[in-house]
Amino acid sequence: GLPSAASRVRGPSARCAGAGERRDRSLAIGLLSTAALAPQICVVGSGPAGFYTAQHLLKHHRLARVDIYEKLPVPFGLVRFGVAPDHPEVKNVINTFTQTAHSDRCAYYGNVTIGKDVMVKELQRAYHAVVLSYGAEDNQILGIPGENLSTVYSARAFVGWYNGLPENRDLKPDLSSETAVVLGQGNVALDVARVLLSPLDILRTDITEGSLAAIACSKVKRVWLVGRRGPLQVAFTIKELREMINLPGTRPLLDPADFTGLGDVIKDVPRPRKRLTELMIKSALEKPGEKEAARWASATKEWGLKFQRSPLEVLPAADGKQARGIRMAVTRLEGSGESARAVPTGEVEELECRLILSSIGYRSLPLDSSIPFDPKLGIIPNSLGRVQGAPGLYCSGWVKRGPTGVIITTMNDSFDTAQSVLEDLQMGVLNLSNSKEGFKSVRSILHSRGVHPVTFSDWEKIDAAEVARGKLAGKPREKIVDPQEMLQLISH
Amino acid sequence: MTVHFINRDGERLTATAKEGESLLEVVVNQNLGIDGFGACEGTLACSTCHLIFEEDVFQKLDTITDEELDMLDLAYGLTDTSRLGCQVCVKKAMDGLTVQVPVEVADMRRELEVENSKIKG
Repeated sequence: GLPSAASRVRGPSARCAGAGERRDRSLAIGLLSTAALAPQICVVGSGPAGFYTAQHLLKHHRLARVDIYEKLPVPFGLVRFGVAPDHPEVKNVINTFTQTAHSDRCAYYGNVTIGKDVMVKELQRAYHAVVLSYGAEDNQILGIPGENLSTVYSARAFVGWYNGLPENRDLKPDLSSETAVVLGQGNVALDVARVLLSPLDILRTDITEGSLAAIACSKVKRVWLVGRRGPLQVAFTIKELREMINLPGTRPLLDPADFTGLGDVIKDVPRPRKRLTELMIKSALEKPGEKEAARWASATKEWGLKFQRSPLEVLPAADGKQARGIRMAVTRLEGSGESARAVPTGEVEELECRLILSSIGYRSLPLDSSIPFDPKLGIIPNSLGRVQGAPGLYCSGWVKRGPTGVIITTMNDSFDTAQSVLEDLQMGVLNLSNSKEGFKSVRSILHSRGVHPVTFSDWEKIDAAEVARGKLAGKPREKIVDPQEMLQLISH
Repeated sequence: MTVHFINRDGERLTATAKEGESLLEVVVNQNLGIDGFGACEGTLACSTCHLIFEEDVFQKLDTITDEELDMLDLAYGLTDTSRLGCQVCVKKAMDGLTVQVPVEVADMRRELEVENSKIKG
């Protein structure tokens, strides 16, 4: 064990709550033998959860080494593949992630699939702590007949398609009919509607060339966002709603009957819900200003919200392959606010459409049979990021909490998990006297299995190529969507 | 000019600020150790530069726009004197200003769990 005289570790000063007393976040460790005392930590997943966890660990522990593994050649997860192409400011976090990756105690290893190329147990032998931050790669299913018809897609796959996620590059969504139905009323649903209806010059950003070309030929003129509950339960947020209302070339279709009297109901609700609802009410009930009225009058595309409709069945077209419409149960609400429940009234409605996008949530999958996983909640069972029953194993991000929230939510959550790791290092729960080899041992495992990791400077070559190609097309980048092409570019 | 930031752990961070700089720029330029501050780099696409002001200072700040309110609405621990640091620029009258960095939901949850585990023994 560590001789206690040799280490200067600040005591557990923050085991007491109270406004003025917070945990010490920095640890001072005596430097008798650097190699023995440097924790080797591994993070699985290079999206916001992975990078923010790594960042916090590196900032608050002067010796820790953090290696970030990623199954794709390229990093950044949903920042690259989820955030909409017309929201470049949200992607600014890539700059801070890049800074973290450049730290001399941090390394990035892409093109390594944990659970296939190397197992979690092997990582645990190589590292003092393993943090699982691999997110949610799947989506919730509707569980209704017809959901596998050819013109029904998950919003996840559609977003992956226009954002260049390799596994969705051949989606070829059917954009040949006028009306599209999006099931779900969250920010992803709004993203999808916006990408379907935006003028092309707004879309021309880092959206892939292939999807931009497909959208240019799109016949879609009308997008309905359908929710099971009412206006007070919409999951999208006000900035995104405002953007949709102001979208050039479009007009909103909001039924005044859905909003009449709602103003009184929201008098005392918290400000965020109140402002969001007020914006919908205003757009639905108030006469538009001159400029807005002119825009709505000349609009060629439209979008609307349908409430209290729960999907029952996707109806097949004559060919039995495509969808021709969707049958929905009309619901009423029991209870109010966030916990209101949609209950079928017995009435049923049909909406004619071919393109249906299901935007009802992402879903995590178990990585490796050795890791505890709750299939009902779709998360790894944990307490403050410590995986239950698995010392040395941690989790952060969507796989820890569930697939909701924006980047800041994941950021705070990741700092929280990092704090658990730091505490366990401080308290000796993670035993640093067991020296660990870190990437050294993983490298030989990968080599023996013919797997070639992609380093961060390899990614920077891919990044430079994408930016150069983008310049030719007047875009910030032209994403490479074929992993083989990426690997060839860096001569793997 | 001088601005003081009370960090989440209660530590007072004192920084030199130039007139016209936003409070986010002060944090970045002075390299203050506030975790995760300014993720979107001042483009009104997040709420990580959320700061709490004293009432009398708050009243004198420039009017808040809808765009700032939209993002502030998503901030944890929102108060009546909350603003986004990227939208508040330092003025001469603000010399000696003290602002509070809000505690995050994760901090609250962690404190609650520590309390609960103490009760359970």
